[in-house]
Amino acid sequence: MTFLPYVAASYTLGVVVPAGFALAAWRRMRGASARLAAIDPRRARRAAAAADARGRAEDRP
Amino acid sequence: MTVDATASLAPPRRNLHRFANPGRFLRLAGAVLPYLAVGGLVLSAIGLVWGLFFSPADWQQGDAVRIMYVHVPAAWLASAGYAGIAACSVASLVWRHPLADLAAQEIGPVGAGFTAVCLVTGSLWGKPMWGAWWVWDARLTSVLVLFFLYLGHIALIRAFDNPERGYRAGAILALVGAVDLPIIKFSVDWWHTLHQGNTFSLTGAPHMYISMLWPLLFTTLGYSLVFAAIVTARLRAAVMERRIRALLLARVDERGVEERVAA
Repeated sequence: MTFLPYVAASYTLGVVVPAGFALAAWRRMRGASARLAAIDPRRARRAAAAADARGRAEDRP
Repeated sequence: MTVDATASLAPPRRNLHRFANPGRFLRLAGAVLPYLAVGGLVLSAIGLVWGLFFSPADWQQGDAVRIMYVHVPAAWLASAGYAGIAACSVASLVWRHPLADLAAQEIGPVGAGFTAVCLVTGSLWGKPMWGAWWVWDARLTSVLVLFFLYLGHIALIRAFDNPERGYRAGAILALVGAVDLPIIKFSVDWWHTLHQGNTFSLTGAPHMYISMLWPLLFTTLGYSLVFAAIVTARLRAAVMERRIRALLLARVDERGVEERVAA
């Protein structure tokens, strides 16, 4: 008796299920991060401060 | 000498709440997440390839033994995930830890997924070995009950309009359901089951040949890190989504005040 179909099905499940969860979690995290960056005033202030600091550093001789 | 009774309670509470600050949690999780993900991916890949191509076939089970390299880590994470939910429930009910409810909510679907993998791979092993996809064996039945507990926990949290009430109900269910974990563990000792006995124990050497043990350890550790990475990523997303909701609600409130002032 060949066990190959059973082994192959098990390994497929063992790869596809965690990979599916990981991909979904990563996409959800990216989406939430982008939405938060768009509306969070603290992040906007931090980004503006960082841009100011970069600008001052570039202006320096 | 006087003893301040509250002093002995203060440190653990302070430690537990150290990571309750969402900003601090997001920074810590963001730093840890790449290591968990890469470590889990590498160890799992090594273990799976080793188990599939290089470990020996069993003298009785033949190549069907290779299913173990997926089944055993999934079974371990099914129980460990539910133990994690129970621990979060204690932290939520006793210490009101702000992230504990979110963590329990995010562990639930992942744990249910790994429990499903455990059950299905067990069936895939059972068919060629026992001649049946399913038997009402104590170990199999107790894991099936665990799967239903996961589904019940997920559904109960979402069943209330007020999320806080859902979290409380879910926490109580998780603590009551945790009684299933020792039943799963000791089912093969307490009853005569078709499922094989425990291969690992705290007091004795494992009942497994070393060339099979190594890939199993790799996949178990790798899957555990992948599980931790998935839960951490989901929890990060949940914390950010909660902040987004809070910010949007604050904006709606501000607009309401401005409109009332203008009127």
